Amino acid sequence: MAKQIPSECNVLKRELYKFLLFTVLVLLTPFLIGDGYMMNVMVFVGIHTMLAIALNLLLGYAGQISLGHAGFFGMGAYISGILTASYGFNPWMAMPFAAFVVGSMAFLVGLPILKLKGHYLAMATLGLGIIIYIVFNETVDFTGGPSGLSGIPNLAIGNFVFDSDMKNYYLIWSFTLIILLISVNLANSRIGRALRAVHDSEVAARVAGVNSRIIKVQIFAMSAVISSLAGSLYAHTMTFISPASFGFNFSVELLTMVVIGGLASAYGPFLGAALLTLLPEFLRAAHDYDIVIYGLLLVVMVMFMPGGLVRGIPDLVRKIIGSNKGDITNA
Amino acid sequence: MLELECITQVFGGVRALDDVSFSIRQGDITGVIGPNGAGKTTLFNIVTGIYSQTSGRIIFNGNDVSGLAPEQLTRLGMVRTFQNIELFANMTVLENVMVGLHTRSTSGLLACSLRMPWVVREERQIRAGAEKWLDFVGISDLSDIIAGNLPFGKGRLLEIARALAVEPTIMLMDEPAAGLNNQETLGLASLIRKIRDLGVTVVLVEHDMELVMDICDRIIVLNLGRKLAEGTAREIQENPAVISAYLGEDN
Repeated sequence: MAKQIPSECNVLKRELYKFLLFTVLVLLTPFLIGDGYMMNVMVFVGIHTMLAIALNLLLGYAGQISLGHAGFFGMGAYISGILTASYGFNPWMAMPFAAFVVGSMAFLVGLPILKLKGHYLAMATLGLGIIIYIVFNETVDFTGGPSGLSGIPNLAIGNFVFDSDMKNYYLIWSFTLIILLISVNLANSRIGRALRAVHDSEVAARVAGVNSRIIKVQIFAMSAVISSLAGSLYAHTMTFISPASFGFNFSVELLTMVVIGGLASAYGPFLGAALLTLLPEFLRAAHDYDIVIYGLLLVVMVMFMPGGLVRGIPDLVRKIIGSNKGDITNA
Repeated sequence: MLELECITQVFGGVRALDDVSFSIRQGDITGVIGPNGAGKTTLFNIVTGIYSQTSGRIIFNGNDVSGLAPEQLTRLGMVRTFQNIELFANMTVLENVMVGLHTRSTSGLLACSLRMPWVVREERQIRAGAEKWLDFVGISDLSDIIAGNLPFGKGRLLEIARALAVEPTIMLMDEPAAGLNNQETLGLASLIRKIRDLGVTVVLVEHDMELVMDICDRIIVLNLGRKLAEGTAREIQENPAVISAYLGEDN
């Protein structure tokens, strides 16, 4: 049986339909869950999705690990927060400025450290994250130190201030959808292919003419820019930030989101971010045992869905439908 | 077009290559042969920028290219294939060849992220180019298969297609017949001739003597890190030094 070869047009169309469907779901969610505490959680799902997409570009596509992404997230939050709360900048100006600073720093730091591979790169990025975390804690005059920075203004368009969970939901998710679209575009482009090539065989990618060193640094910087943007949005949504949100634990949580969701996939980061953000809320009913159940679930998922949720769920559905069909034919 | 001048490579105390010089003529199919451990693969890795030599120079089209990185050599028109096939195992066959067209396209990170109109146009050209090369090596029916699932022989063809997509002027192939059956080796021989007919100079390191004697215009024999002989297939077959190196010294 001749398999229908999907033409370029069909692939892009399918991506577009998926994106539109996802957008509709995002728009409708508030009507399904109502304007309560869950809306606040959904704002976090949006921010975490953005961060997971950023890390997925680096880890999933280019195959380069980072244990310091909470640092970039935090830098975005603090630069935005300090400029607006202490120096009266407009948040819309502070956000791109923060992204520029964080991106430039990531580029310069990336040049030397992305020469490292595997565990050594993990160590280097871990160190970077920890240094950034220490700076947040110690430069008390600017950051407020461990007690945090408050009085960060909400974003506003004219007189319309994004000051409720419902408003912030739409604000955050507009950015998340744009970032998602960018990641889909990138994955299906010459740069995305070059990144995946470097991941699979760096020497072959170089022989094919890919400057692996530069492309790794570029994607590291881009990933940092997106993380910084997420950080700025976080700061302006919460209006209060403290170093505790940007520590090593959060870097690991981001890594877990990407791996659980499914590496090198467009919607995996969303699934991972949603699961890891919503799960603790639902497990709260289990009181003291929540962390045990949480850990067990992660272990089971990694064992039985090595490709992540984005590949594991369709497989599971296929298996269930398949076995049902089997029953029908047997009967 | 490619000249090696006094290439010496020392690994620890071992002289893997000792003062090797020869030149490759444009349009030839040149074979580099020699018993195991003769230094053939080391030589290849030096020429293609994977290792850098202890001493000596490599001249490509009149320029000293010693010490250039593989991606720089690719931009100058030199490409290679690997003995153990280096594919992008998680990408489709077509995507593998599309990566080969990386240097033939220019869209940057930002333009690709925003899918600008010219990115879409260029993407169409990359795709068409890749399809052309898959067709050239005869595996266009496999274009949507994940490369990691290909049988070895097809993987070899894919690697060649990806290398051709770079539009090289010289192609170095490290044991292209290794792991192929007789039928596939015959196909390879005619493919290599087809590549030469495109105007690509071909250099191959090979163990399959039948293939080498059949297709090579010129043969260079290495033994124990030194050049032992150089000439046409007939000259090499009659060379007593080569015969003794292959069959062992006769008392």
